[in-house]
Parts: sequence; C-alpha cells; structure tokens
Amino acid sequence: MLSDNQLLRYSRHIFLPEIDIQGQQALADARVLVLGAGGLGSPALMYLAAAGVGHLVVSDPDVVELSNLQRQIVHRQDSLDQLKADSARRHLLALNPDIEVDALPRALDDDELQQQAAAATVVVVGTDNFSSRHAANRACLSTGTPLVSAAAIAWEAQISTFDPRLADSPCFACLYPDSNEQALNCAETGVVSPLVGMLGSYQALEVIKLITGAGTPLIGRLQLFDARHGEWQTLRLKRNPECPACASFVASDTSRD
Amino acid sequence: MTSAAEPSTAAVTVLFFARLREELPQPRLHWPWSEAGTVNELRRDIAAQGNDWAALTEDLLVAVNQEMAGPEQTVKPGDEVAFFPPVTGG
Ligand SMILES: [Zn+2]
Repeated sequence: MLSDNQLLRYSRHIFLPEIDIQGQQALADARVLVLGAGGLGSPALMYLAAAGVGHLVVSDPDVVELSNLQRQIVHRQDSLDQLKADSARRHLLALNPDIEVDALPRALDDDELQQQAAAATVVVVGTDNFSSRHAANRACLSTGTPLVSAAAIAWEAQISTFDPRLADSPCFACLYPDSNEQALNCAETGVVSPLVGMLGSYQALEVIKLITGAGTPLIGRLQLFDARHGEWQTLRLKRNPECPACASFVASDTSRD
Repeated sequence: MTSAAEPSTAAVTVLFFARLREELPQPRLHWPWSEAGTVNELRRDIAAQGNDWAALTEDLLVAVNQEMAGPEQTVKPGDEVAFFPPVTGG
C-alpha cells in the first residue's frame, strides 16, 4: 500500500487515468534491471527512480572517467574514479530515498544475468557492444522478461522493445543477427550529449508503459531517430521464424489466445 | 491490380537514413527496377556505381515498405527500400 507521502510524491502519475493508484502500486512493486550506467542508463535510471520504481538493479563494470561526464548525467564531478554502479546508486537514492537500489559493479556472466532477468519485471539494456545485448536477449527469452533496448551513436539512435511473453514478438536477434561487432561505439566515434538523454528517457517511458499496461509499447516496431535533421522513422519488425535465438522458445507460448 | 506496363512504377524509391544519408551523394534515389529482385541485388546494383556508393555494404539494415527485411527479400517495382547502419553504443 502506498503511504500518504507516496500518494503526494507520485500524485502527477496518479492523476493519469492510465496509471492511477494501481499503476503506481505496480511501479512500486516492480524490479527493473538496468544493464549499463552510461549515457542511456543514466537518464533511464534517474526517471525510473523518480517515477517510483520500487527496486532498481544497476550493473556496470566500469569506473567514471572525465570524458563520461559530458553525457552520463547520473554521475557527477565527485563520482570520478568511482565505480559507475556505486555512483549511480548514491545519486539515485539522493533523488528518491523511497526506493531500493542494488549496485552490481561487474559485467554479469550468463548465470547471474539469468538470475537477475528472472527476478526482474523488465530489463533495460544500454551497453556499448552487441555481445552484451545478445546475452541480455538470451536471458530475457529464457525467463520471459520484456527487454527495452536502445542504442545511440554520433547523431543517430534506435530503440525497440521485445516481449517474449507474446508469441509473435520479435527478439533482439531477429533484428541483429548475433554476428557483427562492426557497429561504431561512442568511445571511438563520439555522440551528441542530449541524444542519449532522449533515448534513455524513452527507455524509462517504455518500462513504465510495460509495468502499468498503459498505451502501446514499441513491441514489433523499431524506431530510428536522426538528431541532425530531427526526423523519426518507425519500421515494423516481425519475428524471424528462423531466428536462432528465439525459435526454440516459440512452442512454450502456444497456450496464449 | 496495377498494370505492369505502367512506366512510373518500373522503379523503386531508395532511402538512406542516419549516417548513410550524410555519406552518400544523395539522401534518396529513384532507381529503375522493372522486375522483382532481391534486396541484396538492389544494394549491389547501387553500390556498383562506385566511389561513395561503395558504402552500401552487406552489414546494413534494410526496410522494405517500412518493414524490416532480410537480404533475400523480394523487391518489386513501386516498393520503398530504406538502408541504414546498425547502431550499438550507450
Ligand atoms: Zn529472435
């Protein structure tokens, strides 16, 4: 049950008929795993904390460097040389002491990823390489946990949501076959700061929609944003029947109507 | 429904998004395409113009008529085909 203080704190959610007290309670009861406390993870975590998601779990093996502070806004000048997971935890609790935050200052191996995905209501991925995204995808498929994935580089970004609870939802590997590591990363190419802010915030929005059931999440849609020209594209994304990652999980969901 | 002889549809519209839009000489093309072929054939045809067009490599993502498509998907006259690069990074 939400306390009087929480009813006031979250009143601007509760005013929304799509969220209401039930939705806010669902947020309070939720546990969200965020992989990567970088440019995307920072705003995603901050909005999820402010929005009253009851339990956040942050995984990041890295330490805060000066060149991170241009965009990774959950970290501050006084975070330099600290583990990102610990720095994120400290600042999220300063923003909202009402929630629990677990800091995992390491890259999760497959076993731990599986355990954490199983315990999570939703998984958010904003890491800087494909192999960790594919590992998150496999853990979400095997545990039936929705995955919100975004990526940004330079002036361009992509976002989609995958929900293995739905028989016709594509998975991350339907979009990106588990082979190429050729894509650019921010460390080598650069990225315009508010772009990761927009996409990380969008990930938090997707999480809130998935948890409360509000509206229509980006399941089966890939959105591209071109920040140079201020243009969005929405592309339909179907499950690939030959996808090696999700094909083996199809049968488990035939009971759904 | 539509007549195969209609000359205005004997082509595809090709769009380039994100980094490709900046790297290629044009952000969009009207490319002659009188019979069905695959995404990969279309990509190779355009890349064969050389120079900057060689940036149309096989690791790009593709959408046909606003739906994500694989390299062997059929492209018909009148279709809209969009190419864009994969993105990771966070
Ligand atoms: Zn798949």
